[in-house]
Amino acid sequence: MSIRNEPMVRVKKFADKSSLFTAEIRAEIDRWIAKYPDEWKQSAVMAALRIVQDANGGSLSQEAMDQVADYLDMPPIAVYEVATFYSMYELKPVGRHKICLCTNVSCMINGSDDILAHLQKRLGIGFGEVTEDGRFSLKEVECLGACGGAPMMQIGPRYFENLTPELVDSILDGLE
Amino acid sequence: MSDDAKITIEVDGQQLEATPGQMLIEITDAAGITVPRFCYHKKLTVAANCRMCLVEVEKAPKPLPACATPVTDGMKVHTRSPLAREAQKGTMEFLLINHPLDCPICDQGGECELQDVAVGYGSDVSRYHERKRVVRDEDIGPLIATEMTRCIHCTRCVRFGGEIAGLRELGATGRGEHMRIGVYVEHAVSSELSGNIIDLCPVGALTSRPFQYRARAWELSQRDSVALHDGVGANVHVHVRRNQILRVVPRENEAVNETWIADRERFSYQALQSEERIVQPLLRENGALREAAWEEALAGAAEALQAAGSGLGTLVSPNATLEEMFLSQRLSRGLGSSHIDHRLRQSDFRGDAEDAPMPWTGSRFAELSSNQATLLVGSWLRKDQPLLNHRLRQSVLAGGAVMAINPVDYDFNYPLVESVVTRPSEMVSALAGVAAALGADAAGVTVEPDATQRAMAQRLKSAGQGGILLGVAAHLHPDFSLLRRIAANIAEATGCNLGLLPPGANVAGAHLVGVLPHRYPGGRPVEQAGLDAMTILAGNCKTLLLFDVDPEFDVANPALMKQALAGADKVVAISSFDSPWLREHADIVLPLAAFGETSGTLVNLQGDWQSFCGVVEPKGEARPGWKILRVLGNLTGVSGFDFLSTEEVINEIRLEAAGMTPDNRLGTPVSTLKPELSESDELQRVGSVAIYDVDAMTRRSPALQATPDAWTPGARVHSSLAERLGLVAGDEVRLSQAGCSASLPLQLDDRVPDKCVWLPMGSPGSENLAAGFGPISLEKC
Repeated sequence: MSIRNEPMVRVKKFADKSSLFTAEIRAEIDRWIAKYPDEWKQSAVMAALRIVQDANGGSLSQEAMDQVADYLDMPPIAVYEVATFYSMYELKPVGRHKICLCTNVSCMINGSDDILAHLQKRLGIGFGEVTEDGRFSLKEVECLGACGGAPMMQIGPRYFENLTPELVDSILDGLE
Repeated sequence: MSDDAKITIEVDGQQLEATPGQMLIEITDAAGITVPRFCYHKKLTVAANCRMCLVEVEKAPKPLPACATPVTDGMKVHTRSPLAREAQKGTMEFLLINHPLDCPICDQGGECELQDVAVGYGSDVSRYHERKRVVRDEDIGPLIATEMTRCIHCTRCVRFGGEIAGLRELGATGRGEHMRIGVYVEHAVSSELSGNIIDLCPVGALTSRPFQYRARAWELSQRDSVALHDGVGANVHVHVRRNQILRVVPRENEAVNETWIADRERFSYQALQSEERIVQPLLRENGALREAAWEEALAGAAEALQAAGSGLGTLVSPNATLEEMFLSQRLSRGLGSSHIDHRLRQSDFRGDAEDAPMPWTGSRFAELSSNQATLLVGSWLRKDQPLLNHRLRQSVLAGGAVMAINPVDYDFNYPLVESVVTRPSEMVSALAGVAAALGADAAGVTVEPDATQRAMAQRLKSAGQGGILLGVAAHLHPDFSLLRRIAANIAEATGCNLGLLPPGANVAGAHLVGVLPHRYPGGRPVEQAGLDAMTILAGNCKTLLLFDVDPEFDVANPALMKQALAGADKVVAISSFDSPWLREHADIVLPLAAFGETSGTLVNLQGDWQSFCGVVEPKGEARPGWKILRVLGNLTGVSGFDFLSTEEVINEIRLEAAGMTPDNRLGTPVSTLKPELSESDELQRVGSVAIYDVDAMTRRSPALQATPDAWTPGARVHSSLAERLGLVAGDEVRLSQAGCSASLPLQLDDRVPDKCVWLPMGSPGSENLAAGFGPISLEKC
């Protein structure tokens, strides 16, 4: 949805930007802001949310989203819109390792149901839940474009393909 | 091809003329060809997300949305071909998939765009058997009821927030099946124009909360009227059932309010059913008011007025109709008194001799949108005249600059390019600085302009079209005469339009018909000027006639009013609403018909005469003001009161005020004025009236009073002042002014300049204090 005069709808700019986040996070967001015209720094919202989510233990609190809104001088609702639209933003706390298991067609045909059953048994949690020790959370995702190696899952930035229950065990055992 | 070249397109075999760049739907709408739509609205940007307006365009491979298809020369369009119909019906079926079948309990039923379009394009039977979605509702405030399961995601309300209200509060969160419209973090929406999303919503997702479950659309009859809370004179439709106003909605008038009205105009009707309506004439007997018959009360009033003669002081609400105003001044002058005024909240009358003949915005409302530079002086335009602010906001969107000199750092829904926020006492020198930067006469105030003032001057001077608008706070300022004189000099030096925006709905009308101590109808000067509102209250009139005045809240200085009431021999009040001070002091109270109950005319701030009819019977024994005044005229033997209708009164006014047009040119300057407010260190009160305290009706509308914009009882100061005084928010403080005092909770607000107390006239508690602007002291209770 495009609103022609969007840059104008937050009239009072947030003055004390240095009170938001840390200097490193601000510098990283600024790098993205620099890519866009001055009056459209809100274009950096997706990158900013990703950066803040990473720094925030993998999820976005309302406070974190409000800070992004303040930093980019956006109406908070415009930030919520973006954060709720994209599935890779997490609005509830996740585990230290977010296991994204694909259950789309190719993976399903190649046995993602068994992988899921194994994960559920081993971790004692279902989709959308976090283990009690906060180490793992499980998330159902759609196709991640690795059908050649189905079934697959993603943990952090890494893809793990051609999964078997044994392989899953060794992967999880290798994580702190 | 030049921009103004016309092209021809063919729609359903009809040749239509169009301008390149227009969207197809604009052409079909203008030609009266029906194309169904939900998301398109002529005042909002095109979203093209509902897909209901799909039409067939020859040579296009598939149906195109009429709202987002620019016209091209020779385009051939079919809005009802089999392809178009199939596309429209398909869209309709999808839209209805998740829409609940709760029309029988939906307030929108009977006036629902979805219902209407479904009759034309929907199928008799749904092929959808799966589960429908359900959406949790959010509480978005006392004005708007939500039922978001009904929402079809047209996003009109979201676009309205960003584009018109200038405040994005609603948004579309989530995606696909999970998308929903809401505020996400629950809070009451705070725009002063928020009610318009009720009209924009094509379904029953957003409906009027005060009107909820009150009536069905087909039980209502729709009548035309004009709103009376500010000088815009927004055109409204009043919806009536069984002699009761149940709802007010906008009536389109491009030159006045476009398609919008402010919340004030939409919800103030609630006051009509208030317990405080006066429904029976009242007479004082043995110290108490008792109900009386009209004959008795009128005779009593006539006797009192006649006995008063030149000792009569008349205060008329600036919201009274033109007819009421005309007759009230004829009555007063016929009885020998020119002590009549409508400027009840004004305190500086030193410049009366140079008053503009008929104050107005200085340009047509629509022209404000093309101002390149505008200087607001003492104006919270956004809350004082919300629809004028909307016009000015359009000028900012088009690249114009708005600047302000204000006693509070009021928030606007556009950025101010230059802004001076200063104590009231320094507003004069701030404005004088702008004049000095232009080399214009600053009415005797010498000041060296600073950078901001020079920048303001420069912008005004270089603007092809500019304006300097004196707002409500400037009009109520103790140095109004000076501010106005300097502003006029600046306008002259820069070629900008001077705009005067006083409070009240019919101030231009009051000038037309001479509800002023120094002007007759038609603006003719009174040789021996009468007393102004302030002087009348200073104990100079032993008989008071109050026309539609809440004595506690509608005047500049309630302390003076209280003394005047106590000291008067006779107080005659013609009033719609009861109030403790009337109970205590009035000798005769005549019940007055309120909004919608009387015919009349209001003249807005661009000089439009807008007449309306009564749409319901007055409540109880209340009677239209013009009739009450006519009888009083007859009973007191004043000639010229033989009118049978408001039309006859208006015809007479047209004769008396012939040739009068809006005119802000000031007369010969009165001798040099000295600033009234001293720049000393003592605390100053900032008392410009708050948005929902402007008149008796807004103060008595429970819905408006429950909004975030309603003034929470209390006095606001800057946090640093509170710190110096050792006070914290919520402390009960005693405020004292000229021998009277009030205790109110302290609120911290850093928009208030240091050494100031923001406490509006008309706000709860202010009735115990004195002048709206002036020295005030504050201490912990």
